[in-house]
Amino acid sequence: MSEIVLQCVGVSKHFGGLTALNQVDFQVERGEIVALLGDNGAGKSTLIKCISGVYRPDGGQITFDGADITGHGPSQIRDSGIETIYQDLALAENLDVGANVFLGKEKQKKLFGFISVTDDEWMRQEASKVLDRLDIHIPSLKQNLVNLSGGQRQAVAIARAIYWNAKLVIMDEPTAALGVPEQRKVLSLVRSLSEQGIPVILISHTMQDVLEVANRCVVMRRGRVAANLPRGQYDAEVLVKHIVGVAELSA
Amino acid sequence: MAATAPVIKQSPTRDRALDFLAKSWAYLFLLAMVIFFSATGTGFFSLNNFSNILVTSTLVALMAIGQTYVVVTGGIDLSIGWTVGLASVISARSMRDLVLGGTAVPTAMVIGVSMALLVALIPGFINGVLIARVKIPPFIATLGMFGIIRGAAFLLTDGQQVVGNLPSELRDVMRAIGNGSLLYLVPGQGVVPFQRPPDLPPDVIRGISALLPYPVIITAVVVVIFAFILGRTRFGRHTYAIGGNPDAAIRAGINVRRHLIVIYVISAFTAGIAGVLHSFRFTAGAPQAGEVALLQSVAAVVIGGTNLFGGEGKVSGAVIGALIIGVLQTGLVILNVDSIWQFIVVGVVIIVAVLVNQAQEALERLRTSV
Repeated sequence: MSEIVLQCVGVSKHFGGLTALNQVDFQVERGEIVALLGDNGAGKSTLIKCISGVYRPDGGQITFDGADITGHGPSQIRDSGIETIYQDLALAENLDVGANVFLGKEKQKKLFGFISVTDDEWMRQEASKVLDRLDIHIPSLKQNLVNLSGGQRQAVAIARAIYWNAKLVIMDEPTAALGVPEQRKVLSLVRSLSEQGIPVILISHTMQDVLEVANRCVVMRRGRVAANLPRGQYDAEVLVKHIVGVAELSA
Repeated sequence: MAATAPVIKQSPTRDRALDFLAKSWAYLFLLAMVIFFSATGTGFFSLNNFSNILVTSTLVALMAIGQTYVVVTGGIDLSIGWTVGLASVISARSMRDLVLGGTAVPTAMVIGVSMALLVALIPGFINGVLIARVKIPPFIATLGMFGIIRGAAFLLTDGQQVVGNLPSELRDVMRAIGNGSLLYLVPGQGVVPFQRPPDLPPDVIRGISALLPYPVIITAVVVVIFAFILGRTRFGRHTYAIGGNPDAAIRAGINVRRHLIVIYVISAFTAGIAGVLHSFRFTAGAPQAGEVALLQSVAAVVIGGTNLFGGEGKVSGAVIGALIIGVLQTGLVILNVDSIWQFIVVGVVIIVAVLVNQAQEALERLRTSV
C-alpha cells in the first residue's frame, strides 16, 4: 500500500518578501485520503497551486507517478493525471451530465457519412457508466446540471475527473456549500475514489469531514508542515491545537 | 470502510401539461394569433397574406439567427442593423457600377453579392476581437460599431437614403429573385413553377399566390444550416458552454476567444445575407435597411425563449419570434389599428415572453429542489 504517487521535496514559494511555502515535504500514497489542514494563510492553497501547476515553485521538486512535474503548466499537469476540483466546480450548468463530462473533448459521429455531429447518446451512456462506478444515481441524465443538487454536481465534477483517468484528485472544500445529507454523499464519493486506488487530497475546514474520511492529516502552519499524523493519532482537539500552533508550545 | 451509496432522491413526477405549455408557449402564441387575426381581420386568412408575412419576416428572422448565437454566449450585437444596410448598399452599388461598366449581369451579381457578404464580415470580426481579446463588453463594442458602420454605409451612398438608378436589365433580374417564387398558384391553372404566366387578365393576376417565394427559401436554408450547427455540432455545444460558464469552457480546453470571434462573424454574416436580400427585394440599396429590424431581432430572440444572460436558446425559437412579430404587424394593419400601436403590442409581447421564461425557470427549480 505504500506506493508513493505524489512526492513534494523541499518545495518553497515566495511572494515578494513573504514566504508562503518554506521547504515543504509532502507525499501522497496510492489510495490514500490526505486531509490538508491549516488556518487561512498557512500555505495550503499555495501548496495545492504549486502541485496543480497554477504557481511555479521557487525551490524544491515535485514528482508525480515517477516523473518530475516541477514547473509544468496547469494543463500539462492535468494531462498527466492530477485533477483539481475547485469550489466553483467548473461545470457548464446549462448542459447535461454527458456534455459536461465530455466538454471540450466531445465524441462525434457522422451524419449521412460526412457531417460531424455530437454523439450525445454515447456520451450520456459513458457518463452513466462512470456514475455507476461511483455509485451515484442521477434521475435523468438528460437534465441540465442547473436542476441537480450541489452534491450531484460535485459528483459530476468527480466523474469527469476520473473518466479522463485522473490518478490524483485534489478537492478544495468540497462540502463547503452543501447541506448535511449532501455532505455525506460527497464524503462517500471521496471514499469510493480511494477504494478504486485513486488518492485524494482534501482541503477542508470542516473537522467532521476530516475525522470521518481521512487516512492521514497534514497540518500546515506559516508555510511549513506543522504535523503529519496517520489516522488514529489525532482527534479534533489535537488537530485544532496544531492548526492554531498551541501543540508546538505544549510539546 | 464500506462505501455507502449516495442515494439521490428522484425528482417528483413532472407536470407534463405545464411543462409543455411553458416550453412551447411561443408556438402556441403564434398559432393563437394566426387564429385570432384570421377570425377578425378580413383578408388575413389567405395564402397570399401568409406568403407576404413570410417574406416580410425574412429580414428580422435572418438577423435573429446570428443574434441567437451571440445571445447564447451571453452577449448582444447591436451593430447588425447597420451591417444589413452596409451589405445592402455595397451589393446594390457594386452591381450597378459593374453593369454600367459593361460587365454581364450574372457576373456582376456574383461579384456584388460576394463583395457585400465579405465586407459585412469585417465589422463582425472587429466586434469579436474587441469583445474576446480587448475585453470590451459586447454592448459597448457593438454600440460603437453601430455608429461606425452607420457612417460607413452613408459614406458609400454619398449621404443618400437609397442607391437607386439601377440599370433596368439588372433590376429585372434582381426583382425576379427578390420578389419571385419557385411555385405560383394560379387560379384556374393550378401550380405553375418559376414565373407568373404572362398575359393574364388583371383579376386572375390578383388571385395569384406565391407558394415558395425565393427570399423565404433562402432564409429557410440559412435557418436550417445554423439551427443544425447550434443544435447538433461540437461548435454549437461549445457556444452553449461559453454562455453557461466561460471559465468552465476555458478549463475544458475550448479556445473561447477564437470561438467568440467566430460567433460575431456569424452574426454579421446572417445580417449580410439579410442586407443583400433587402436590395434584391426593393431593387435598391438602403443604408437604413435594418435600422428598425435590429431591436426586432433582439425581440425575436427573446420571444423565442433565448436567455439574455446566455447559455440557453434556439434558432427555431428566434424564427418563431420573428414570425410572431410579422404576424402581429400584418394583423394589426389588417385590423386597421394605428401603426403606433404595433410598437406597444410588440413591447408587451417581449415583456410577457421574458416573464413566461422566468416563470418556467422558477417552476423547474421548484420541482427539483430536494
